[in-house]
Amino acid sequence: MNALHPVLRVSGLSKSFVMHAQGDLALQVLNEIELEVAPGECLVLVGPSGAGKSTLLRLLYGNYRPQSGSIRVRHRDAWVELVGAEPRMVLEVRRRTMGFVSQFLRVIPRVAAVDVVAEPMLQLGASLDEARRRAQFLLGVLGIPDRLWSLPPATFSGGEQQRVNIARSLIADYPVLLLDEPTASLDAENRNHVVDLIRERRNAGAAIVGVFHDAAVRDALATRQHDVALLGA
Amino acid sequence: MPGLQDASSQDSGTYNYAYLDEQTKRMIRRAILKAVAVPGYQVPFGGREMPLPYGWGTGGIQVTAAIIGRDDILKVIDQGADDTTNAVSIRRFFAKVAGVATTTRTEVATVIQTRHRVPETPLKEGQILVLQVPIPEPLRMLEPRETETRTLHALSEYGVMQVSLYENIARYGRISKAYNYPVLVNGRYMMSPSPIPKFDNPKLDRNPALQLYGAGREKRIYAVPPHTPVKSLDFDDHPFEIEAWSECCALCGSKQSFLDEMIVDDNGKRLFICSDTDYCQERQQTRQKGES
Amino acid sequence: MTALPILSARSVTKHFGSRVACRGVNFDLWPGEVLGIVGESGSGKTTLLNCLAGRLLPDEGSVTYGTASMGAVDVHSLSEARRRRLARTEWGFVNQDARDGLRMAVSAGGNIGERLMAVGARNYGAIRRTASDWLSRVEIDLDRLDDQPLTYSGGMRQRLQIARNLVSNPRLVFMDEPTGGLDVSVQARILDLLRGLVDRMHLSAVLVTHDLGVARLLTHRLMVMQGGAVVEHGLTDQVLDDPQHAYTQMLVASILPV
Repeated sequence: MNALHPVLRVSGLSKSFVMHAQGDLALQVLNEIELEVAPGECLVLVGPSGAGKSTLLRLLYGNYRPQSGSIRVRHRDAWVELVGAEPRMVLEVRRRTMGFVSQFLRVIPRVAAVDVVAEPMLQLGASLDEARRRAQFLLGVLGIPDRLWSLPPATFSGGEQQRVNIARSLIADYPVLLLDEPTASLDAENRNHVVDLIRERRNAGAAIVGVFHDAAVRDALATRQHDVALLGA
Repeated sequence: MPGLQDASSQDSGTYNYAYLDEQTKRMIRRAILKAVAVPGYQVPFGGREMPLPYGWGTGGIQVTAAIIGRDDILKVIDQGADDTTNAVSIRRFFAKVAGVATTTRTEVATVIQTRHRVPETPLKEGQILVLQVPIPEPLRMLEPRETETRTLHALSEYGVMQVSLYENIARYGRISKAYNYPVLVNGRYMMSPSPIPKFDNPKLDRNPALQLYGAGREKRIYAVPPHTPVKSLDFDDHPFEIEAWSECCALCGSKQSFLDEMIVDDNGKRLFICSDTDYCQERQQTRQKGES
Repeated sequence: MTALPILSARSVTKHFGSRVACRGVNFDLWPGEVLGIVGESGSGKTTLLNCLAGRLLPDEGSVTYGTASMGAVDVHSLSEARRRRLARTEWGFVNQDARDGLRMAVSAGGNIGERLMAVGARNYGAIRRTASDWLSRVEIDLDRLDDQPLTYSGGMRQRLQIARNLVSNPRLVFMDEPTGGLDVSVQARILDLLRGLVDRMHLSAVLVTHDLGVARLLTHRLMVMQGGAVVEHGLTDQVLDDPQHAYTQMLVASILPV
């Protein structure tokens, strides 16, 4: 839990989107981003809409590909360069080290909510019982009634789906957490539960990078801010 | 010797000895040698037109014709009997074109040509059993392509036959194949023993006689040399079993031979009688001698 | 990470006369990975799959299989005997049409048991038990064990084909549009089944599909083919969410929203 030793290091990160269908129109979104995050920190990305906050999160997760730059994460006591890494390396980092809460739950047909949540823990080798128990606990904390646990989330409300999403992203203890508007579709009570869970993780040493539109949530969680709109700064 | 006739006194002077020309006999003997060298392997041969149609034993006849000599004594049986039309015709044919002695006695024959049965009387070293085969390929019903069955034999891939036995058990509770029961020869090639009842399969195993198999329509010859292991396929928990009858032969009292069921009157009266006529007669004669 | 890729392709090229079906394909597949090959009709993806699975001989290049204990072997230099044995034991191939991968006139139990019997299984009871176990794993009623696939629905046949392939615990499975032509709900069931099996059995797989949704659900990596060439290649969610190549962008944009 040493604030001096970052677990995530980004340098020279630039991202453009090239739309080939529109005559190869290039849209530069990020330019030479530099940042570091240490355990126990919650770095909040701020900036106007369209500035590239979500894009940056996705780049960190390996979901988007940068034009240039470096993203290094501390994985199993070694630095791993994610830019240009082999897919299996990225997947391995995602399995153990880096979690991502997106705004939308990708719904897989037929899989029960409890199993959607339990899956990341199963991937780490936990037993089915253990993983399901923890999943149920998290779903309970997040206010999902137990009659919904064995149902696939496809028919849940937006807020319920989001809570399932959050539970899934928090079931494993990731050293690095990337949060993209995790409380966007939640009511006040559930928002507070989520904030509590995230703060707990932060205090336990997770390094967090997040995008929060809600000022109250930001204030509750942020230890630092990074303004994404400052291109080339 | 009954049936012995001098070939030159017949108008069979227009035919070569044993009907086939010498080159053909040589070709068939080469095929037989190959077959004996690779037990159970089907050797293609250039089958000739014979004076009887396919399905009547042309393969068996060509094999017999290639190996028979003046000193041989020939027995021919059809479903175990020496006296059915086909057995009689073939025996007469060879008597005429090869001038050989013929017999109904298994014990004294040197060459026995048979359709669909193996003689009950145990064979001895030096005897040759020639079996008539309709479809030489044991996998034919499961795999219609000749190209594929040749590959399966070459690679020893016989899973498909095991599957067919599995299907039998799944459908009937036991392996229901009663004749033409597949065997593995010398631990290597799967062979069709021809449509003999499974009752006769054990007789093929390590038999001191030479077994030659001839298929005329399909033009294949295969062989099992003397003393070669021949194992019928099965499952550990559904082992190979031969037929059994609750009756014994009505004529000779045998409890160990393959019995035919005969309906003897209009009221449906049944008798069970040995299918092997020579075996049955021998036993009857022994019985009579014993009693007298 | 293990030392040997389970499957490697180097410059795999195949022509049919003057038409180039696939050209210069390179990749390494690692144990536990599922590689998707997507493209439209005529992209060469099925030709590539057949070259990888040893069914078609490439005109150029090589396909290497990393065996469990004997190092890497060139798939097309293997003897036919060995390749056929590999295809029956360590590999699986799920065809788009289940009829091509099943014996339609043999019972489900016989179909599943065949690989076992082909390598010497000789206990009827044990074979039947294993077949039943697999039948329930692919969610087919046990009382259909003795029925022929002729009497099965399309989705059931496909699940049976999967069971028939997986009974030998293969390490590598090739799949050609495994859910093509099936009703949507049936597809969902089969995809879920495949996901679970691939996960639990730590299978490696090469999956050809034209359906990007299937690719997203089942694959870790994706290769996009157009006109015989691989135009984009990477982590599945990256290729689908941040497509770089013009063709990939067009494909992704063409998906009809529900």
